[in-house]
Amino acid sequence: MSHLNVKVAAIEQVTEHVKHFTLVSENGEKLPAFSGGSHVVLALNIKGRIHRNPYSLMSSPLHTESYGVSVRKQEMSRGGSVYMHEQIEVGSRFQITYPVNLFSLSKLSHKNILIAGGIGITPFMSQIVDLNRLQTDYELHYAYRSPEHAAFREEIEEMCGDRSHFYVASDGQMMDFYALLSKQPLGTHVYVCGPEPMVNAMIAAARELGWPEKHIHNEQFTAPQIGDSFKVKLAISNIELEVPSEMSMLEAIEEAGVDAPFLCRGGACGRCELEVVSCDGSIIHHDNYLTDAEKNSGKKIMPCVSRAKCQNIVVNL
Amino acid sequence: MSQTFKKETFRDDYTFSNSPEAIKRFPFPFPEDEYMYSVNIEPHVKTAVGSVTEFAVDVDEHYVAECEDKKITLEKDPDRYLSLPHMMDAQWDTLELIMDSMSSDYPDQFTLTKDGDNWTWVNKPLGITNQFVFGDATTLPMEPLEYIGRQVQGDWVVLDQRDNNLFADAAIVTSQADWSLAIDVGMSYQEWHGPVPIANEIGVFDRALKYLLNLQLGSPVRRLNWTMTINPRLDTSPESYPLWGPDRLSVTPENVGDKVHLRVELQTLFRLPRSNGIVFGIRGYLISMNELATNPLWAKRFHRVLKGLHPELAEYKGLTYKDVTVDWLSKYDDGTPSE
Repeated sequence: MSHLNVKVAAIEQVTEHVKHFTLVSENGEKLPAFSGGSHVVLALNIKGRIHRNPYSLMSSPLHTESYGVSVRKQEMSRGGSVYMHEQIEVGSRFQITYPVNLFSLSKLSHKNILIAGGIGITPFMSQIVDLNRLQTDYELHYAYRSPEHAAFREEIEEMCGDRSHFYVASDGQMMDFYALLSKQPLGTHVYVCGPEPMVNAMIAAARELGWPEKHIHNEQFTAPQIGDSFKVKLAISNIELEVPSEMSMLEAIEEAGVDAPFLCRGGACGRCELEVVSCDGSIIHHDNYLTDAEKNSGKKIMPCVSRAKCQNIVVNL
Repeated sequence: MSQTFKKETFRDDYTFSNSPEAIKRFPFPFPEDEYMYSVNIEPHVKTAVGSVTEFAVDVDEHYVAECEDKKITLEKDPDRYLSLPHMMDAQWDTLELIMDSMSSDYPDQFTLTKDGDNWTWVNKPLGITNQFVFGDATTLPMEPLEYIGRQVQGDWVVLDQRDNNLFADAAIVTSQADWSLAIDVGMSYQEWHGPVPIANEIGVFDRALKYLLNLQLGSPVRRLNWTMTINPRLDTSPESYPLWGPDRLSVTPENVGDKVHLRVELQTLFRLPRSNGIVFGIRGYLISMNELATNPLWAKRFHRVLKGLHPELAEYKGLTYKDVTVDWLSKYDDGTPSE
């Protein structure tokens, strides 16, 4: 897997909980071009352990002298976002993956409805640049908690003009998905990124209104969760290891020196899928990739976010 | 490195041949004495100096003659280049990828100067110089994919990724092994692989699609595929079938060595940055049985592969001259292990 070596060129406190980081390549060269909606995975060395966190690229795909990512501080997380907020400084260096896009705009859409909740605004920032360049019709609907949380509103107004619509919860403004989606012309695609209840409500509304599945897009990264420790046996490598409670299964496999495939590390892309040979308990699926039937079968696990509640699980790796 | 380009033809008098160096670097595709489909995809990383995978895009002694042949095919049949309207970003991505690779790997032959979006491309072997604005198709004499596709060996198919699938929505193909761009353009991954026997049943394509949907920027992959061709002909498309189909009946025990060619495709796949599409390069290498037989291991092994080939695959590949070729090759197979 190819990596890019970057350093932090600037940090900006956007709101109380959100910081924006400008990353430049360590050798001073331009970073690779990318498509709107892409993310990169940052590899952070926290107390000698590599944490890998995905963040959407917010900067313009047209200007890759630098990349921009925004990080919301998640107090309840395992430390990646807190580390970004408290330890990363201008000049800090780390590796990132090449851009990956799991949330790309359909090139065949006639119109695009972009729906963002809170920090879920980030993937849309680069998509807006692409939509403006391609002169495709779109609307952006952005909901946030209160005026202090209006991250990037000025930039958005500048980029989108009257295509942007804002919903401030503290002022009692709510997005009405039914009203919004029921008046759209044929060939419209809808994209949503935000808190899980919002994403689910939007998808439910679109389905109920008879929108084709292919026109409904969402990006939901889950973070690995803490849980009980368990033992894993890698059948092909013939290695046994323990997944501690604060580590993901994928991280534990990597720590054991096994080169496991991965991409998004957020349960979205499917790249790290492992075949389960046996499990003497149950698998706790946290991903958004496997179908319900696959989850129920107990034959597959996405080790980037999912865990097992068992003594022993055997996987083909 | 300096490269001399051969003057030769891929039609009519068929003067194409491989130099000893070209034979030495030929990508012989059989690691074993038997052949069956598999997901034989590997990272497209640089290999030994002089090999066909030393660089991302290979330029060899046949470069000028192949580009000349491409020009003739496109003149006769302009539909060998097709692109749907939403593919313009992917076309530019492809042009940049090919120009970047060729100019950095063959600096004596090709140069690319970038001043912001104002680019200058110099192709010395073909005597082409163009200044253009990257992203502005009106500044090139033709669409970007056709422009660069005429200046690089092999066929290039550009795939759009949507709905968890890949669609062949733009391409320049002038040396295809009996498939039609006019028919296949716009098709999904499953549709264009529909006709392939056995591979579908054993799930090869489903696994490969899953892999390709996650293909990463900066980590291209490749695989080898093969078929056979009578005469060193690049254009074996369905559209030109009357020109090459009957040649298959002209094979005799006396002319197998000259007429029968193994045709190996080096297939490369690159994720494209701005469009999130994938470009699929299909670069063909031809070698006559006489040339192949200069390598005793290859002749012995190809004899075994061909002799044991599944009848359905032989039929799909159109190898009506298989038996006479197996007979011809048998003199190189003494029955000893091929390693």
